[in-house]
Amino acid sequence: MIGGLFIYNHKGEVLISRVYRDDIGRNAVDAFRVNVIHARQQVRSPVTNIARTSFFHVKRANIWLAAVTKQNVNAAMVFEFLYKMCDVMTAYFGKISEENIKNNFVLIYELLDEILDFGYPQNSETGALKTFITQQGIKGQHQTKEEQSQITSQVTGQIGWRREGIKYRRNELFLDVLESVNLLMSPQGQVLSAHVSGRVVMKSYLSGMPECKFGMNDKIVIDKQGKGGTTDEAGKSSSGKQSIAIDDCTFHQCVRLSKFDSERSISFIPPDGEYELMRYRTTKDIILPFRVIPLVREVGRTKLEVKVVIKSNFKPSLLAQKIEVRIPTPLNTSGVQVICMKGKAKYKASENAIVWKIKRMAGMKESQISAEIELLPTNDKKKWARPPISMNFEVPFAPSGLKVRYLKVFESKLNYSDHDVIKWVRYIGRSGIYETRC
Amino acid sequence: MTDSKYFTTTKKGEIFELKAELNSDKKEKKKEAVKKVIASMTVGKDVSALFPDVVNCMQTDNLELKKLVYLYLMNYAKSQPDMAIMAVNTFVKDCEDPNPLIRALAVRTMGCIRVDKITEYLCEPLRKCLKDEDPYVRKTAAVCVAKLHDINAQLVEDQGFLDTLKDLISDSNPMVVANAVAALSEIAESHPNSNLLDLNPQSINKLLTALNECTEWGQIFILDCLANYTPRDDRESQSICERVTPRLSHANSAVVLSAVKVLMKFMEMLPKDLDYYGTLLKKLAPPLVTLLSAEPELQYVALRNINLIVQKRPEILKHEMKVFFVKYNDPIYVKLEKLDIMIRLASQANIAQVLAELKEYATEVDVDFVRKAVRAIGRCAIKVEQSAERCVSTLLDLIQTKVNYVVQEAIVVIKDIFRKYPNKYESVIATLCENLDSLDEPEARAAMIWIVGEYAERIDNADELLESFLEGFHDESTQVQLQLLTAIVKLFLKKPTETQELVQQVLSLATQDSDNPDLRDRGYIYWRLLSTDPVAAKEVVLAEKPLISEETDLIEPTLLEELICHIGTLASVYHKPPSAFVEGSRGVQHKRLPARAGSGESSESPDVGQPGGAVPDTPPAVIPSQGDLLGDLLNLDLAPPASSAPTVTPSMQMGAMDLLGGGLDSLLGGDIAGSPAMGAGLASAPAVMPASLGAPVSSGLDDLFDLGGGVGMPTGAFVVPKTVWLPAMKAKGLEISGTFARRAGVMQMEVSLTNKAMSVMTDFAIQFNRNSFGLAPAGPLQVLTPLSPNQTTEVSLPLSNVGPVMKMEPLNNLQVAVKNNIDVFYFSCQYPISTLFVEDGKMERQVFLATWKDIPNDNETQYQIKDCHLNSDAATTRLQSSNIFTIAKRTVEGQDMLYQSIKLTNGIWVLVELRVQTGSPTYMLSVKCRAPEVAQLVYQCYEMVLKN
Repeated sequence: MIGGLFIYNHKGEVLISRVYRDDIGRNAVDAFRVNVIHARQQVRSPVTNIARTSFFHVKRANIWLAAVTKQNVNAAMVFEFLYKMCDVMTAYFGKISEENIKNNFVLIYELLDEILDFGYPQNSETGALKTFITQQGIKGQHQTKEEQSQITSQVTGQIGWRREGIKYRRNELFLDVLESVNLLMSPQGQVLSAHVSGRVVMKSYLSGMPECKFGMNDKIVIDKQGKGGTTDEAGKSSSGKQSIAIDDCTFHQCVRLSKFDSERSISFIPPDGEYELMRYRTTKDIILPFRVIPLVREVGRTKLEVKVVIKSNFKPSLLAQKIEVRIPTPLNTSGVQVICMKGKAKYKASENAIVWKIKRMAGMKESQISAEIELLPTNDKKKWARPPISMNFEVPFAPSGLKVRYLKVFESKLNYSDHDVIKWVRYIGRSGIYETRC
Repeated sequence: MTDSKYFTTTKKGEIFELKAELNSDKKEKKKEAVKKVIASMTVGKDVSALFPDVVNCMQTDNLELKKLVYLYLMNYAKSQPDMAIMAVNTFVKDCEDPNPLIRALAVRTMGCIRVDKITEYLCEPLRKCLKDEDPYVRKTAAVCVAKLHDINAQLVEDQGFLDTLKDLISDSNPMVVANAVAALSEIAESHPNSNLLDLNPQSINKLLTALNECTEWGQIFILDCLANYTPRDDRESQSICERVTPRLSHANSAVVLSAVKVLMKFMEMLPKDLDYYGTLLKKLAPPLVTLLSAEPELQYVALRNINLIVQKRPEILKHEMKVFFVKYNDPIYVKLEKLDIMIRLASQANIAQVLAELKEYATEVDVDFVRKAVRAIGRCAIKVEQSAERCVSTLLDLIQTKVNYVVQEAIVVIKDIFRKYPNKYESVIATLCENLDSLDEPEARAAMIWIVGEYAERIDNADELLESFLEGFHDESTQVQLQLLTAIVKLFLKKPTETQELVQQVLSLATQDSDNPDLRDRGYIYWRLLSTDPVAAKEVVLAEKPLISEETDLIEPTLLEELICHIGTLASVYHKPPSAFVEGSRGVQHKRLPARAGSGESSESPDVGQPGGAVPDTPPAVIPSQGDLLGDLLNLDLAPPASSAPTVTPSMQMGAMDLLGGGLDSLLGGDIAGSPAMGAGLASAPAVMPASLGAPVSSGLDDLFDLGGGVGMPTGAFVVPKTVWLPAMKAKGLEISGTFARRAGVMQMEVSLTNKAMSVMTDFAIQFNRNSFGLAPAGPLQVLTPLSPNQTTEVSLPLSNVGPVMKMEPLNNLQVAVKNNIDVFYFSCQYPISTLFVEDGKMERQVFLATWKDIPNDNETQYQIKDCHLNSDAATTRLQSSNIFTIAKRTVEGQDMLYQSIKLTNGIWVLVELRVQTGSPTYMLSVKCRAPEVAQLVYQCYEMVLKN
């Protein structure tokens, strides 16, 4: 199991050092600094073995988090734990920075003592942790006996992510369907790979221990229902919405997986506040919001002509925002002239790219940019690698076609019903890695 | 409040000041001081001097302060064991505290204080806490048992904590169960043979129930523990799988990977024809793909594991090639791993896509990545034959970029392509030679030298090229030196006249001026080989190489099985067994996959280690590393092709001899004078060579002879199996192998013509040189249809003995010319003398006696035939079928004396006395003949007939 956990700043100075196992000595702290942080060559693996000691590291901004072990630990678990550790710290004191860590080092030690015992990760749900590890730290002695046992049963219990007795005057929930659409397209416009990775993020402000049920236009569910009712309508729900094929999905630990496995229904008792209910991935029938058509022509050895057309491909009534097209330029670029019909375009020498920004663009429109790139003559034999043209944008729909059908809330003990809950649903589609080769 | 100020105290006399503050009456001040101490401790300052003062602060109601003091204690108790005792009382008291959080804190901290005296006091509180009413305390106590076991294993056993821990597996609280499982698993690892975990269907059922209820971490502990269980039968295995599969949808990648591990392992036991087996395979793909959308570090762990899974069960991800395409801003470690998996998944169906991608990658910036991409193109060529042509042209394009490392990498893979498709892409050699000067890496230089040596006959200035490398011989790496030595010897064997000086030079460089034993040994072996038997040298050095296999870098099957049992762990990331990186006894235990049900229920069944059907019948061969000495020396990768073996007998010398003559004499002369060791070596050389060849050859040989026996049956005469007379390499793609037989009184030359070139061959004709027995074709070579590429045709050519006669050395040597539409090729072969034994070779008894006496005793030669287990009657029958006739048999003192006669086609009689001692495997053979030269051949003929 994890033998020790260190946090360093960008210079390699130790900010937090917690050793859990006897086989990890103080020299392990230095070994990591010397061999990884100060290494002459960039370290090319997140797992490093130095003198039979294994170091797992992740970086957040310029902070290094390293877990150390001498055993054959579950590597995936160690990384998951490090991420969780970052989440917990963020939930307590915001951004992970040197200053924040130094300001909260006592708290961090307290957390590390709680969420890792002898190197075994323990309950690390912030909801539960916040009930007994507080920044004031003095809560301990003022608790009643009931409160204490409530804390321990929550920390160890089946619903470790939610405490009892939550009350809201207004029961409200927000569902955000956040998708990032990824594309790799050949210069000829052939889709080499495309997928959507989506997340359903929920903010719940609900009283008591509500039992929730979430439904979406999942093809498998709808086909099943179609069979139960009128078989002809399989594939389309009564409202005529198209169903989508989900390649795979994963759930927050509050979701009963065995129920999903047998009935494909998503039921759970949600944590309080914001959390990620599920992640999913689709690869079929993706709506690609933009199409990029590049045209690069080398005119002699010192000039390059680039023309890029973008076409929006969604309902004309919808507006895409924060559109940015990034056209890479060779390293030996000496000057660039750009003409664009819409938005602003600039050559950024430091980034070796022409960045073209458009604030808003409606569906079924097209726009174009052309640029002339002057090159310095070089004797560098190596050809310019032509990195792909990438794009960023945000659209108000889910490119996968996912639709939330319902989110039902049941709380039997308190007297509010599903109708009393105010529900908000929002769809946001963003570009993930959206690249067109040129 | 900001705590960062505690990090900034660097004043002198700090310790003294802190001491004062720690002893202050004000609570706040005390707490501040302890914080400062912890901050100093963190940055590595030694604050152990404050031990008593800090411990004094322990007695407090303030939980935060208490925790800080505990933290200090855990760090320094070991260095101050006597003073640590001071803390014991507080711990014991805290373990009785009404607040469960404090009870747990005390027992948790106590376990971390590794001082023997304290552990003694720990036992009682721990025992209580293990049975505490509060689950939070119990789950903490469970881990504490593992801590205590790490400090003092004996104590834990004596105190009976292990049994209490086992009871906790049935606890009502899932988190207690999970921690108990984790603790027990860890303890069990250091007691490999103890039955600590005692997994049985009942306890498994409990674990599976807890699995649904506990935290994500607990699920990992339980799944990892489940993976160690071996179900009793396929039904149990299936039911566990069914209950584990829902975990594949967990958001935590570690839960998913651990579930995959359980499934991969238990799947071994499911019969393949089961519907559920197929369902399970289908269920595994999506979660594995989803892992690739996790954070990069986890992607890396996932990819390393997928690499194993793809090797074990390629069917799972065979349709998912696209998800492994590299993204422009993937971290380099993810890129490299993806590339690896892409090559493994490459198949005819997706090769076009893969190649297009690889071509993109080869133009990227990162040197390692580009190299790997270039290498991958080569691997594709070798793996998917249909793509070879495209790959080669892509590689040529890349060579044209002149980017140094791309060129070198390309040359290394082109060498492998040559090995896989000989005589197909040699046209690119010219392009490769243009880049000779830019090669500065040993591997690329060695590859280029290999190519030059291998195709020396096609490269006009091969000698110049190799000579240019020779200039800096001693500055080259061993790899290059060895390759250069081999290449020059090859060149010499191919163009002996022009390269004598060169070969002498390299041999002396290797043997006299080098300190490297490998190089020296190889030099000596070549030297002996060339000086003793140039024909054998040619056979050995220029032997046809077996094709290389298409899969490379495969993990060895038993290691792969072990690693599959370690999915998700560090072992699977390093691709090494835990014993390779874990110290001590922990985790050294080797794990194995369970045996498939049906291949024997009991664990004693011999095929436990090899799950039936799971391991491919013939494990794919792997390209051996450059250092494989013997293989490399013989220029073979595995066993040498058996077909070339039978002709390598020490006494044979072909006409080719004179073409080496001059060079050898000078070699020999210089050598004997120069090095006495060499002289000694020479004497024993003939014995040495066959011995070194013997081992790998023999098995193949036996097979061949079995086959030969079978073929020869109809006529009963023994026929030597076909051997390669003319390798394709020397004849522009025409390979000729053959043998001689005597069927129904007619001598026949039976040949197989194989077209290994790319174009059709026609117009075959054959001619013999003058030979000892006047053998000549009795008709034309009947090859009716044109021979298309990769086709083989069998031809029987009847022979007559009326051709022109010239005595050959050896006597049975036959020089042959074969013509086709491409060229005329020459080779020599040897016919067994039994081909010449005529059917009417039975002498009258009287005549035999008279002749025996008539032939002078000087003409009698004696031989021993060892290891022959036939009795005299069986021998008689067998010899008779080869036209060796027994005229009389006499038994004297348990010894059978057989008198036999043979008549050759040219009328020469051979008389033989064969003595067979009953019960002894050694036969004595006396041969009398007027032409004593044939005696040796007759002896060889006896050897072959009797032993096969």
